[in-house]
Amino acid sequence: MALIQNMKTYLVKVIIENKVNARDPEGETILKDLLIKGGYEQVKAVRTAKLLKMWVEAKNEKDAKEIVSKLCDELRIYNPVAHVCSINIEGE
Amino acid sequence: MKVAIIQFPGSNCDLDTLHVLNNVMKVKADLVWHKRDDLRYYSAVILPGGFSYGDRLRAGVIAANSPIMKEVRRMAKDGHPILGICNGFQILVEAGLLPGALLRNSSLKFICKWVNLTIVSNKAIFTHNLKKNHLLRMPIAHNEGRYFIDKDSLKEIYKKNQIILKYVDENGKATESANPNGSIDGIAGICNEEGNVFGLMPHPERASEKLLSPFNTNDGIKIFSSMIDYINRR
Repeated sequence: MALIQNMKTYLVKVIIENKVNARDPEGETILKDLLIKGGYEQVKAVRTAKLLKMWVEAKNEKDAKEIVSKLCDELRIYNPVAHVCSINIEGE
Repeated sequence: MKVAIIQFPGSNCDLDTLHVLNNVMKVKADLVWHKRDDLRYYSAVILPGGFSYGDRLRAGVIAANSPIMKEVRRMAKDGHPILGICNGFQILVEAGLLPGALLRNSSLKFICKWVNLTIVSNKAIFTHNLKKNHLLRMPIAHNEGRYFIDKDSLKEIYKKNQIILKYVDENGKATESANPNGSIDGIAGICNEEGNVFGLMPHPERASEKLLSPFNTNDGIKIFSSMIDYINRR
């Protein structure tokens, strides 16, 4: 008889941002027209990104991360030509 | 000869394209829902403009995973003409049928205006009737049209003559002010290595009748007639 695995839900965060050599005009505008004009000259660069939160059922953190990593590549959650994608995990 | 115009939820240039094919080009065409998975009886496929799936996640990416795309890939491989207009171009890029990416316009604004374009290469089935440096006038209407590709791949697509259309001024010069969206090297349209898959941000279907053009032009016809000539000779 198969053992029933203890499944847990993990919060996996996927961050998609433009590669360094792909300009990010939104980040540039936030820096130039909001932060610098607002007196925060200490900030030297801003890059915007898209954050996807996924709640994933898996046996452990490693599996949860693997599932998300696979789906990001397979379903083209990011465009590898223009974006970098990072995956972070939090237990729940 | 029959052309398939694929409809995704959010396509909105499908009927314009159908009108031009039927009434201007006098060619048979059908609207084909994206959940269908058989394009056996068609000679060519057009992915029309619009906002498939409301541009959610990224323009074109969800439509690129639609069931019909498997069949579009098969037709592309078999050498049939595949044309992606605006959102259709974004879908072809996201499906990996064309290289590169289409990012948000550098102005961060939706741009809707007529532009001047030059033919860089007549390698594509859709431009083979046209001479290099030939000027075309067509409108653009998009928010994510900034063509991006990494340096090495850019060199590669230059070498293989895959850059088909560029934004230029009315004298045919590539200037910064003539580049509406910040595309790398002012690229407006590219094709695959074989020349049968072509994507462009401008709308030929909105530029195929003189009545609709502020310049009394119908340059869009040239794209469709090149495709039709190719199919007839095939």
